[in-house]
Amino acid sequence: MRANRWFTPWLLVLPALVWLVAFSLWPSINTVRLSFTNASPLGGVSQWVGLKNFETLLADPQVWEALLNSVIYMAICLPLLTVLPLLIAVLVQQKLPGIAFFRTAFYTPVIASAVVVGLIWTWILDDRGVINEMAQALGVVQGSVPFLTDRWLLLLSAISLTVWKGLGYYMIIFLAALGNVGKDLHEAAALDGAGSVRRFWSVTMPGVRGTMTLVGILVCVSALRVFSELYILTNGTGGPGGQDNSLVMLIQQYARGFTGNLGYASALSLLLFVVTLIPMLALARMNSKADK
Amino acid sequence: MTNTTTTEPALGGARGAASPTPDVTGATDAGRASRPNGRDGRKRRRAVWGVMSTREKVVRYVLLIVVLFITIGPFLWQLSTSLKGAGEDIYTANPSFIPTEPTIENYLKVAAAIPVWRYIGNSLLVAAIDVFGNIVFATLAGFALARLQWRHRKLVLGLFLATLVLPGEATIISQFVTVKDLGLADNLVGVALPGMIAALNVLLMFNAFRQIPEEIDQAAVMDGANAMQRLRYISLPAVQGTIAVIAIFSFIGAWDDFLWPLIVLQSPQNLTLTVGLQYLQGTFATDQRMIAAGTMIAFIPIAVIFAVLQRFFFKGVEEGGVKG
Repeated sequence: MRANRWFTPWLLVLPALVWLVAFSLWPSINTVRLSFTNASPLGGVSQWVGLKNFETLLADPQVWEALLNSVIYMAICLPLLTVLPLLIAVLVQQKLPGIAFFRTAFYTPVIASAVVVGLIWTWILDDRGVINEMAQALGVVQGSVPFLTDRWLLLLSAISLTVWKGLGYYMIIFLAALGNVGKDLHEAAALDGAGSVRRFWSVTMPGVRGTMTLVGILVCVSALRVFSELYILTNGTGGPGGQDNSLVMLIQQYARGFTGNLGYASALSLLLFVVTLIPMLALARMNSKADK
Repeated sequence: MTNTTTTEPALGGARGAASPTPDVTGATDAGRASRPNGRDGRKRRRAVWGVMSTREKVVRYVLLIVVLFITIGPFLWQLSTSLKGAGEDIYTANPSFIPTEPTIENYLKVAAAIPVWRYIGNSLLVAAIDVFGNIVFATLAGFALARLQWRHRKLVLGLFLATLVLPGEATIISQFVTVKDLGLADNLVGVALPGMIAALNVLLMFNAFRQIPEEIDQAAVMDGANAMQRLRYISLPAVQGTIAVIAIFSFIGAWDDFLWPLIVLQSPQNLTLTVGLQYLQGTFATDQRMIAAGTMIAFIPIAVIFAVLQRFFFKGVEEGGVKG
């Protein structure tokens, strides 16, 4: 029997480990270091500026606006993206003829680039796009609805886009979870005369409650990380007066060009990290409570 | 009980294969009376579970088609716009879904406005590097973590798990600094590099390898197989599904990525397709037909790849590979 040499596992894991250190662990530490400097994207010597970036950040109205946008984003996405994908998953779980086609089709928005779907929705929501033209023809509205130029409508448009693109993604997670909800439980309920709706509430829902919590957290975190939808719908500007920025949009804006400031962008990154920890800690709380 | 077995064939002969299991109630005095009821009960049971009523089927298909319209409609609308010629009014209250005179002229216009072939090549290069890196190195690492016994194994596994908490966007700035220090800013290798081995894929492979029964490995060890032989002949064939899922998603991830290449790349000739597409919106803000053609160029390859490989993906989902 040939024994493993002690370094065999290390050799196998080494490339992945190097990548982990170089592109995850070190950047995390370096973000903290950079946030105390005024490093420029154009290079050159950076100086230690102490807490200045954080002072600027707290006094920056754009940051507060971005946080407000994120909270609204989360508040709307959370209920929609924990419920709708579950309903769709229940719909495609039954093996009806052609169901594979429907599953694949429903997943399509997920595999498309955010840039592609952003541009598609920019056209649909355009002043003279299909929604505005049809709404006017039907007499629902007078004049075009400024989906892409009004500060609030723009945010709602981006949220709709995120929800639309997320349906298939969370559908798959629920589909995997539904596979684990006992068939015999459903059968027993059916024998007792419970209809589809009743079975959904009494068997399906309790069976996927854990998954719903997980999906809720994922939705919250991705709502806080939103970038591409807002970038494309606002053509990179962040909306009228930059009011529709997200934290990640601000980070990207400070990462480029002569006015860029990697130190400030790093401080924003730390803020983003802290903010995304909140839903994750909430999950940990809920899990430990459920265990009791 | 002997009574039952002797009387059953005579009484139940007409039932044939419909009920292979002998009905115990048939042996009682009320046998004849209760039998038709039993048959009905079985039918009703099937109607409730398994085979659904026609009404429920219709409702389900109607709902499926509504969702289909919502999810696919925008793509078809964009495809339709991209095929409409300059002569067809696209700004109209009753637009037609089918172009009256389909044309590919908008696609040719895209190629004239931006170096689209070059962008496709750039995106393919980045995707190829990331697919290769993730398949090879995530497999090796996942195997070592799941199938080999070594000191510090748990610690290393913990490190991979811990990075999942980090939102990628929060480290993107210092990643850019790292790539810049490596001299790879404004370089496609710099775009591909960080995504070449993703921690998530290492964990997916770990999970897949872990599900192979230990006994098989032990038998192979007894037969004198070393680690690499066990990987190649025993473990790899069992995890092909997960490898396929990782390959599909590495490709899609690299092809679709926007924020990272947007930060790293600068020169117009180096852009990936997603970043380059923006220039269609910027320079020809009003030519919706051309923008539509551009988005279709970015979308169709992904859609085709996914349509061809989707059965691997959904198989992986059913096996529990993608549970988040």
